[in-house]
Amino acid sequence: MGATFIEKLIRRNTGLNDAKAGDIVTVNVDRVMIHDIFIPFVKDKFEEMGFTRLWDPDKVVLIYDHLVPASQLDDPRHHRIGNEFAAQYGLTHVHRSDGICHQLMTEAGYVKPGDVVFGTDSHTTTYGCVGAFSSGIGYTEMAAILGTGTLWVKIPETIRIVIDGVLPDNVASKDVILRIIGDLTAAGASYCALEFSGSCVEAMSVSSRMTMSNMAVEAGAKCALFTPDEKTAEYCEVPLTEELRTLHGDDDARYIRTLHYQAEELVPVLACPSQVDKIRPVSELAGLEIDQVFLGSCTNGRLEDLMAAAEILKGHQVAPFVKLIVTPASRKVYLQALENGTLDILAAAGAIITHPGCGLCCGRTGGILTDGERVVATNNRNFLGRMGTSKVEIFLASPATAAASAIAGRIAVPE
Amino acid sequence: MAETFTARIWVLGDDIDTDIVIPTEYLALKTVNDMRPYAFSPLRPELAAQIRPGDVIVAGSNFGCGSSREQAPEVIKALGVRCVIAGSFARIFFRNAINNGLLLIECPALRADVEDGDEVAVTVGKEIVCKGKTYPIASLSDNLLEIINAGGLVKAMRRRNGLD
Repeated sequence: MGATFIEKLIRRNTGLNDAKAGDIVTVNVDRVMIHDIFIPFVKDKFEEMGFTRLWDPDKVVLIYDHLVPASQLDDPRHHRIGNEFAAQYGLTHVHRSDGICHQLMTEAGYVKPGDVVFGTDSHTTTYGCVGAFSSGIGYTEMAAILGTGTLWVKIPETIRIVIDGVLPDNVASKDVILRIIGDLTAAGASYCALEFSGSCVEAMSVSSRMTMSNMAVEAGAKCALFTPDEKTAEYCEVPLTEELRTLHGDDDARYIRTLHYQAEELVPVLACPSQVDKIRPVSELAGLEIDQVFLGSCTNGRLEDLMAAAEILKGHQVAPFVKLIVTPASRKVYLQALENGTLDILAAAGAIITHPGCGLCCGRTGGILTDGERVVATNNRNFLGRMGTSKVEIFLASPATAAASAIAGRIAVPE
Repeated sequence: MAETFTARIWVLGDDIDTDIVIPTEYLALKTVNDMRPYAFSPLRPELAAQIRPGDVIVAGSNFGCGSSREQAPEVIKALGVRCVIAGSFARIFFRNAINNGLLLIECPALRADVEDGDEVAVTVGKEIVCKGKTYPIASLSDNLLEIINAGGLVKAMRRRNGLD
């Protein structure tokens, strides 16, 4: 019998050649990511556990993104503690204002295909876009990894998702993953690996794949994997070896479920308040008045996302009563968008362009909303109270839908 | 010998996410105790003040979905909640709870039959009894029991490092 992608990856990591779904194994961790909001807790637990040195400082990345720049009086304390931790234990990979952790982990080359990576943020599933097994953990487990370089995991069962064909022009990978989450439901992939394949997925950029692996956790998934190909190799600046090419699910492996989609049949969709799996076509909600639009986050704050929005906004104005907030995912994205004129177009259309970071997505700064307001947002969660009070309605959408809605002042289908 | 306790319950729905358990805006407070009054505030602002030590939360499926914030199980523990009984748990929350010694019990059938203020009798690893009806529950797997028996992951690591 064949093996799933995750089974092959774990075998490669552990040397356990018959490891299979359901087995509990100890993996060797290739890289970890800690973000500012949890670093004080990681430090406390690490020291309480009695560790005095990191297992490998080169494998640890510390990123300030949720609290940059500080918006509450307690925030700078996190950065002070992070700086102390970095100095004390010899951390060299520290990013203090370069952008969102998940964007930086792939963009700055910290994650390679086949790696095993853990992070203190639930959207750590993102790195599956380059064929890495990556997942979110809590700060106590992070502290244990910092001391030991290992973690126990149960090898997940796999749900295979095959998407063939060519997407319509106004349908993005965001619409694809939202539709999948709607079909799976918020708990439908709990403890499972998602494995994506098909001609539609092969045609996608690494950035588009990133949107999908990022959101896999919204269906409960432990990880979401894309087979490394030429695009992955180019993005990660690694050679595409024969060995890497073997990292894919075999057709005769055991899948607990397989979903098939035909790309031509997909339409722009929204996740409606306040559940990520409450999916409806944009056309059914078109005309609903909105107060704000948010374009950004580790889900959809990359250059291609900003460009998709700019293409629609070019020569138009944001509706007068709508605030369009644009937050590039990283400094690199910001500079690229500046250089190729994308920021010009967005600013001319009336966008408020902010510094890179988590921004409004984590509801602490930069455009929080209040009772009765409605926002169309490109991030990954529309939970109750996520962007302000619990009476804010959050609709999750693609960058194109967000841009079209910003112009109309109402939910609108992108053309 | 199986451990048995009785408790008053608070009943919540499906997909209780970690932003509901403790919203992001309170995560930079210094201690989990400081966060206690804000637990469950987006959904039921009055609940944190109503919960008494020893109470139990009963919820539907996918409890603890969403972010990796470990303050979610920690704040529930800080409120004195004896255990959470849910239809199912999200995976990061599950690991975090075990690592912090918060007992979780999967029991999909219970929630539909109960309301706030009911009393449950829980025999860990065996059954829950409520209003005369018995609900069987599974025992925990060995590797998880190991962490719980050590008193959580911090204590397990302290033992490894020769401190305890």
